[in-house]
Amino acid sequence: MNIIVAGLGKIGVTLISNLVTEGHDVVVIDNDPQVVEDITNIYDVMGVCGNCADTDVLAEAGAKNAELLIAVAGSDELNMLSCFLAKKIGTKNTIARVRAPEYNDRSLGIMKQHLELSMIINPEALAARELFHNLKLPSAAKVETFSVRNFEMIEQVLKANSPLEGVSLSELRSRFKAKFLICAVKRGSEAYIPDGNFVLKSGDRIGLTAEPTEIVKLLKEMGVVQTKAKNVMILGGSRTAFYLAKRLAISGSKVTIIEKDRQLCEELSELIPKATIICGDGANQELLIEEGLHSVDAFVSLTGMDEENILLCSYASSEGVPKVIAKVNRDSLRPLAEHWGLDTIISPKLFITNVILQYVRALQNSEGSSVETLYKLMDDKVEALEFNVKSDLGFLNKTFKELTFKKNTLVAGIIRDRKIIIPSGDDCLKAGDKVIVLAANQRLNKLSDILA
Amino acid sequence: MNKKMVFYMLGKIVQLEAALMVPSLICACLYKENRIVLSFAVTIAIALIMGFVLSALGKTKNKEIYAKEGFVIVALAWIGMSAVGAVPFVISGEIPSFLDAFFETVSGFTTTGSSILTDIEAMSKGLLFWRSFTHWVGGMGVLVLVMAILPSESGRTIHIIRAEMPGPVIGKLVPKVKSTSRILYLIYIFLSAVQVIFLLCGNMSLFDSLVHTFGTAGTGGFGVRADSIGGYSPYIQWVITIFMLIFGVNFNIYYFILAKKFKSVLKSEELLVYISIIVVSSGVIAIDIFNNIAEMNVLSDSIRHATFQAASIVTTTGYVTVDYNLWPGLSKTIITILLFIGACAGSTAGGFKVSRVIMIFKSIKANLKHSLHSRSVEVVRVEGKSLDSETVSSVKSYLAIYIFCFVIILALISFNGYDVETNFTAAATCFNNVGPGLGMIGPAGSFQEFSNFSKLVLSAAMLLGRLEIYPMLLLFSPSVWIKRKAKVKAK
Repeated sequence: MNIIVAGLGKIGVTLISNLVTEGHDVVVIDNDPQVVEDITNIYDVMGVCGNCADTDVLAEAGAKNAELLIAVAGSDELNMLSCFLAKKIGTKNTIARVRAPEYNDRSLGIMKQHLELSMIINPEALAARELFHNLKLPSAAKVETFSVRNFEMIEQVLKANSPLEGVSLSELRSRFKAKFLICAVKRGSEAYIPDGNFVLKSGDRIGLTAEPTEIVKLLKEMGVVQTKAKNVMILGGSRTAFYLAKRLAISGSKVTIIEKDRQLCEELSELIPKATIICGDGANQELLIEEGLHSVDAFVSLTGMDEENILLCSYASSEGVPKVIAKVNRDSLRPLAEHWGLDTIISPKLFITNVILQYVRALQNSEGSSVETLYKLMDDKVEALEFNVKSDLGFLNKTFKELTFKKNTLVAGIIRDRKIIIPSGDDCLKAGDKVIVLAANQRLNKLSDILA
Repeated sequence: MNKKMVFYMLGKIVQLEAALMVPSLICACLYKENRIVLSFAVTIAIALIMGFVLSALGKTKNKEIYAKEGFVIVALAWIGMSAVGAVPFVISGEIPSFLDAFFETVSGFTTTGSSILTDIEAMSKGLLFWRSFTHWVGGMGVLVLVMAILPSESGRTIHIIRAEMPGPVIGKLVPKVKSTSRILYLIYIFLSAVQVIFLLCGNMSLFDSLVHTFGTAGTGGFGVRADSIGGYSPYIQWVITIFMLIFGVNFNIYYFILAKKFKSVLKSEELLVYISIIVVSSGVIAIDIFNNIAEMNVLSDSIRHATFQAASIVTTTGYVTVDYNLWPGLSKTIITILLFIGACAGSTAGGFKVSRVIMIFKSIKANLKHSLHSRSVEVVRVEGKSLDSETVSSVKSYLAIYIFCFVIILALISFNGYDVETNFTAAATCFNNVGPGLGMIGPAGSFQEFSNFSKLVLSAAMLLGRLEIYPMLLLFSPSVWIKRKAKVKAK
């Protein structure tokens, strides 16, 4: 597909790198010639230097025949204008990043309709939603929700002395009565889709799916306490913090936000009256303890500095806070943060990239590929794909025991008549099913690709 | 330095060269030249083995190519290709000395067209075909061809294209390197095919048409006759003149025509200056030879020869219709000047490139104005876009290094003890990938008499000129070979 990406910030670059790997023809627009040159040196894309709301520039970038324009430049207004113009020139679909809360209110619908935007994305709101989900299930490092509502994959890091350590998967299944699957394991920088003989080690990051009714029970049996975070401390008064605090406050949790800037504090206090807003330097450990660090269920560090987030989270963790979440935007710092024992690291740009990639996949889907939606799991090492099972599938109604699957692929879940089935060897696929397939280190294009 | 990736790419290139020898092998088969068939077969076998060994050595997961690797791959590829390409000449015994054969092949791949052969017509058809075919391949670039065929290994392959394609600023036509190289090659093949048809219409034999098309398309200049194009009809001479000029135009222009962006074509300053240079220089030469040379007293003849010569030199092709060594001083001087200018950037031609000349003139103009009004702010605009100061200064430093290299080559050549005219034009013609010069190496002469050392220097000069200096210089710079200690991911 011909895709134009306007704006080469953090999100723009992450998007480009993903779109290029997926084989799209990408044209990038930015008004800094140096940035454009750097990007065209690293990625196989064409660069156009100029204002992305200039029709000449858009035309030069091929907006006339492009399938999609993704505007992720610095300002909301510029993004909307760029999308509007591109649409008028001939671009089929447009996505604008709009992050200011005032635009994300009532005006959003009007703008979307009149500017003919296909999608509006708000990175901070997305990040806040993700964080909120995570805080509902704090023992998991990450919760991935698939398009079928109740089907979730829980990512968890095995701590030392976990009851799962040193146990092979087939043994595990007989030990716990619940139906569940460990569908992906990340060890070091390598990701695996494990088979029955796989033995778990501490430090592994595992991806777990189970029937929704059994998840809680299962986690308890595995020795993981499962309580919703009711008292949350947020460091940094960014927009993400605002959206998160708002959601938490509505759901009845106690929220404390620590922010240096007094004016920002006043705004936050006005917008979220239920939250406790503290004006002070979060890097000051005494302040944190004074404000009740020892009594909180979760500590979320969302300041603009990756390093500060990592350091303070690891401090909070050492002080015994059960759940710490750090925002880390720079990819190169992620492994470092994991090395320091932080299991939940969020990066807003990855959420956006995921959402946009899903959209692109869906667009492509209408052009022939049979993948319904795509999710990237385990730091992008594993892909989860949703397929609709059609009646012409070669291995319909055959039990999984009879089939040989490719290495590092797995059927993680079947949705039949709105019910979720965690598959075992006796299950089979039927026409009309929706199926979620996991694949590590490879790209699947159709459902039959999973057979060896 | 990702040495494995360098090996891998070199292996692929040698394999590709083996494949590129197949047409010449077939040609030799058709003319029943058994000796030549054998020498090609042996060379292809050697090249394939070398290619597989190199790419096996270079098998690696890390496929990243940075600017450094790009330069090294391009420089080594060109040296390696010329060395392998010289083998058939040596095995067949038609050019017994390897150095001579190497010079001839370098001259072929760099589309120079300078020859050490004294009796071209005695050569076998198979080798003549290969000699000209190297022009065709070298014209658009071997690595561009590799990019068009091979699955892309890394997003950074633009570094390779940039190191191989001539011109100050290399952009892509479409988002992907692979598609860009394919489009370039398709335009190239299409234009070549059209030329073959035009030549066939002029009753030229198929073999001659192909060989001369290769020479014209790559702006090389190898022919099959001692008098180059002189013996062919005026129609053939005009066809070749026009196609030389066509292949000297930036290929982006043809893409714009394909994409129906006619405005960009008409606005192209480079094209305008290029055409003006040809019109003015061929006009002056025509009048000069019309007045001063007895055989040129027919106006149509003098115009034809003047245009042909101006086109041939400015596009750095190097075909000749008459011995211009006998022309008056004014014409010879103009030819010497044209040796340096070269044609458009992004074409198959060599030389300094019209676009660089334009940029330098404009920046000089801006500097002059600045020295009069010291507070004035001048932005140099070329092709309707403002140039950033970095590009301007890189073009200026290219000029400096270009002159510097030329002076060194000239000094090294002078040890032969020939006259100034010969030395000067020998250095200029090889460095700018033109072909013939003046004096001893004029249209009637050859480089055979030069010492082995000079042939080596001139081979280096041709490679320097074709790859626009930097890749070759960087190959010998120690900092390229010092190990990269830590890799920092650029984000």
